[in-house]
Amino acid sequence: MFKLSLQALGNIKNEAQVLHLVKRVNARALATAAQPKVEKAKDNAPKESRSFMLNLFRGVVEPAQVFPYPEVLTPEQTDTLNMLIDPVTKFFEEINNPLKNDEDSKVEEKTAEGLWDLGAFSLQVPQELGGLGLSNTQYARLVEIVGSNDLGVGITLGAHQSIGFKGILLFGTPEQKAKYLPRVSTGREYAAFCLTEPSSGSDAGSIKSRAVLSPDGKHYILNGSKIWISNGGIAEIMTVFAQTPVKDPKTGKEVDKVSSFIVERSFGGITSGPPEKKMGIKASNTTSVYYEDVKIPVENVLGEIGEGFKVAMNILNNGRFGMAAALSGTMRTVTRKAVEHATSRIQFGRRIDSYGTIQEKLARMAMLHYVTESIAYCLSGNMDSGSVDYHLEAAISKVFASEAAWYVTDEAIQILGGMGFMRDTGLEVVLRDLRIFRIFEGTNDILRLFVALTGIQFAGSHLRELQKAFKQPAAHLSLILGEVTKRGLRSVGMGATPNLSNHVHPDLNASAALAARSVALFGPAVEGLLVKYGRGIIDQQFLLNRVAQSAIDIYAMVVALSRATRSLQAGLPSAKHEALMTKVWCSEASARVSTNLGALSNSESLDNFATLSQVAKNVCEAGGFVQANPLNL
Amino acid sequence: MARVLVGVKRVIDYAVKIRVKPDKSGVVTDGVKHSMNPFDEIAVEEAVRMKEKKLATEIIAVSCGPPQAQETLRTALAMGVDRGIHVEVGPAELNTLQPIHVSKILAKLATEEKADIVIVGKQAIDDDCNQTAQMTAAVLDWPQGTFASKVEKTNGELTILREIDGGLETIKVKLPAVLSADLRLNEPRYATLPNIMKAKKKPIKKVTPKDLGVDLSPRIEIVSVEDPPTRQAGSILPDVDTLVTKLKEGGHL
Repeated sequence: MFKLSLQALGNIKNEAQVLHLVKRVNARALATAAQPKVEKAKDNAPKESRSFMLNLFRGVVEPAQVFPYPEVLTPEQTDTLNMLIDPVTKFFEEINNPLKNDEDSKVEEKTAEGLWDLGAFSLQVPQELGGLGLSNTQYARLVEIVGSNDLGVGITLGAHQSIGFKGILLFGTPEQKAKYLPRVSTGREYAAFCLTEPSSGSDAGSIKSRAVLSPDGKHYILNGSKIWISNGGIAEIMTVFAQTPVKDPKTGKEVDKVSSFIVERSFGGITSGPPEKKMGIKASNTTSVYYEDVKIPVENVLGEIGEGFKVAMNILNNGRFGMAAALSGTMRTVTRKAVEHATSRIQFGRRIDSYGTIQEKLARMAMLHYVTESIAYCLSGNMDSGSVDYHLEAAISKVFASEAAWYVTDEAIQILGGMGFMRDTGLEVVLRDLRIFRIFEGTNDILRLFVALTGIQFAGSHLRELQKAFKQPAAHLSLILGEVTKRGLRSVGMGATPNLSNHVHPDLNASAALAARSVALFGPAVEGLLVKYGRGIIDQQFLLNRVAQSAIDIYAMVVALSRATRSLQAGLPSAKHEALMTKVWCSEASARVSTNLGALSNSESLDNFATLSQVAKNVCEAGGFVQANPLNL
Repeated sequence: MARVLVGVKRVIDYAVKIRVKPDKSGVVTDGVKHSMNPFDEIAVEEAVRMKEKKLATEIIAVSCGPPQAQETLRTALAMGVDRGIHVEVGPAELNTLQPIHVSKILAKLATEEKADIVIVGKQAIDDDCNQTAQMTAAVLDWPQGTFASKVEKTNGELTILREIDGGLETIKVKLPAVLSADLRLNEPRYATLPNIMKAKKKPIKKVTPKDLGVDLSPRIEIVSVEDPPTRQAGSILPDVDTLVTKLKEGGHL
C-alpha cells in the first residue's frame, strides 16, 4: 500500500494538481517496492506522522507504533525496575492505609513521609537532580502498584510529578531545572498544576488569570484565581497558566495569549482555600488558589511567552499514559477480590463462578483490563522510543482506562453483592475514587471530540490555521473541511482494504481480518461525513462521538492483537489465554465499529439523533422532565 | 570500630504458597517469587545501625546461591551494606547445601575479610535449620550470641540480650563474635528507591566455594518432600455434652 498523503492536499491549489499528484505517486509506487513518500509540495508542507490513529483517519495503516508490540526496556532497565517493584509494593501493602486516608481526607503523615523517603515523588527527575531518572515505561510499572492500592495517594503523587512539575521537566531551561527539580525531589516540596478556573474548565484557552510585565521589566505581576487544584493547599511550587499581553507580529496589535509560569508560594500574594469535600480521592488535597499581585521573576516564564496553551496540553498529553497504567493496577486488585469471592461463594448449591452470569462478568473484566494494560504500555513504549506523535493514542488511553476501570470495579462490586457495598471490603472507595477519572485532565467527552476532530483535521489537511482548531474549532476546522470536501476525497484512493495479517501471529489471522475490515470501513465513513456535512461536521457531535468510539475500538483491537501476537511468539504461558481474550474482543469490537459507523449515514439513526436532540431541548425548556407523574398528582 | 559480615539467604518469599514438585524431590522454585530471608533482613538492619552509630566501619554481605542471589545482595546493599560477596552455588549443589557448608564459607570469608562480627538470621524460613550461626562460631572458635533481641557494644565487648525459654538472658561476649538475629532485635527498614539506584554502583565480588576451599559434597540425601497432610474440616457442635462425648469417642479424654 502506498502512503498518499491527504495532508499534502492542504497545499494544492486545484484538482488538476491532485490528479497529477496521484499519478506521480502511483508511478513511484510501481517503480519501487519501498514505501514511497509524497514529496513535499511546499516547504511548509505538513509533517509525516507515525501515529497509527492519525493515519487511520486518512485510511492508511501505519504500523510503526503498534507492530511489533513495543519492547523498550534495556536489560539494565528491566533489572532496575525489578528491584524497585518489591519495596513499592511492600510500602503500599504494609504502611499505607487507603481506608484511613479516605476517612481522614488526608494522606497519613507517616505515609507521606514514607513516600518521600521512598523516592516516589520524583520517579522521573534525573538522578543527578535528586530523582530516580526512570523512563516512562518504568514509571508506568510503578504507578500501576500505586493504582492497585490507593488512587487518592495516586493523585497526590500524580498531581505533583505527572503534571505539577512535569512542565519544568519538559520545557524548563537548564537553570530552571537545576533550581527547581531538586526542590521537588529531595527538597520535599510539593508541586501543583494550576490551570482550571471558575469560568474555564474544558475550554482551557478561556482562562482569565492575567500576568502583566512590571514597568521595570523584571517581573510579571499575576492576578487571578484557580479552582480544584490538586495539592493546591500544600504545594510550594506551582505551574500556573495566565493570560499575558503579546504583540501580534502581523498586525502589531496587543492580544492576550496564555503563558505558563513557575510560581513559588513564597513569592507572596498567594492564598489557598480550604480542602474541598469530594466524592472520592479524598486523601488528595484539592483547593482553590488565589493570586494577588504575585511578583513572578521573568526568568520563571516556562517555555515561551504566549505558548502556555501548548505547554499545558503537552503536560497533560505527556501524563495520560500514567493514568492508564495506574488504572490497570486498580483493575487487577478489584478483579482479584471478585475472583476470590466468586470461587468461594456457594449459592443454590454451586460455586457462583460456575454460573454463566458471573463468568461473563469476569471474562469482560479480564478483557477490559487486558486492553487497558496493553494500551498503557504500548503508549509508554512509544514515548520511550522518542515518539512525539501520540496525542490521539494518549487521549484514547485516558478515555478507555477510566471507563474500563469504572465498569470493572462496578461489576466487581456486583459479584460480591452486599459484601461489595460494604466499606471494609475496600471496593466502594475505589468506585468513588474512580469517578473523577472520567472528568479531570480533559473530560472523556471532550477527549472523544478531540480524537474525532484531530483525526478529521489530519485527514483533511495540515493547514497552519487548523493547528489551532481545537482551541477554536468552529472558526478553523470548518474552513479547512470545506476545502477538502470540494476536492473530493475519493479521487485520492481512500478506502482500499488494508491487511494486518502480516503483522499478527497466524492464530489471530481471523481477528486481524476483522480489525482490518473495521479500518477499511473507517476511512470511507469519515470521508462520507465530510462530503455530506462539509464545514458543518464540527457541530455534529452525535456523529463525531461515534467516529471517536469507532477509532477507540479500532485502536484497542490493534493493540490487543499486537500484544497477544508478541505473547504467542514468545511462548508465554499466558499466550493462549491472551489470544482467547483478543479473539472475543476483536469480534465484538468490530461489530460495534460497524454499528457506530453505520449510524453515521443510516437514516433511522440520524432520525433518532435529531429526535434525541429535540427531547433534550424539550427537557431543558421545561427545566426538567416535561411530563408529570402518570397519576397526575 | 569493627568490620561486620552479614549472611543473607535468598528464600522463597514468605507470602508465596509453597508447592511440592510432582516427583517429590523438592519444592517448586522456578518462576516463584524469592526475597531475602526475613531474619537476615533483621541481621542486615542491625549491622547498618551499628554503622550508623559508628560502631562499625564497613559492612559486607554474603549470599550463597544461584546467580539470582545477587538480587538479594542488592537489597542488602540498598539497605546500607557497603559491598557484597556472591558465593556461587550451582543448582545441583543447592538442593543439598546445608548449614555445615555455609558456616565453613562464612568462617573462611570472615577470616579473609578480617571481620570482627558475623551476624546472620537465627534461621531461614525455607529449611528452618537454625544452625548456621552456631556452626560458624564453632568453625572460627569465636564466642556466639544467638537469638539476640538486643545488642550493645561496650569497649571491645558485646552485651547481648537473648530470648530463651521462659525469659531473657543477658550475656557478654568478647570480639570477634558470631551473632544470630531474633525477631524482636529491630524492625528492618525499607530499601528506598534512591538507595536501590545507588546500590547498583556498589561492588559485588563473585567467588566459588572451590576458591574458598570449601567442599560442598552433600551430607544428606533427600528421600522425599511431601505436603503436610490436609487439615480435616471442623464441625460445629450444639452443646458441651456433645463435645465431651465426641472427645471421649476420639480417645482424647
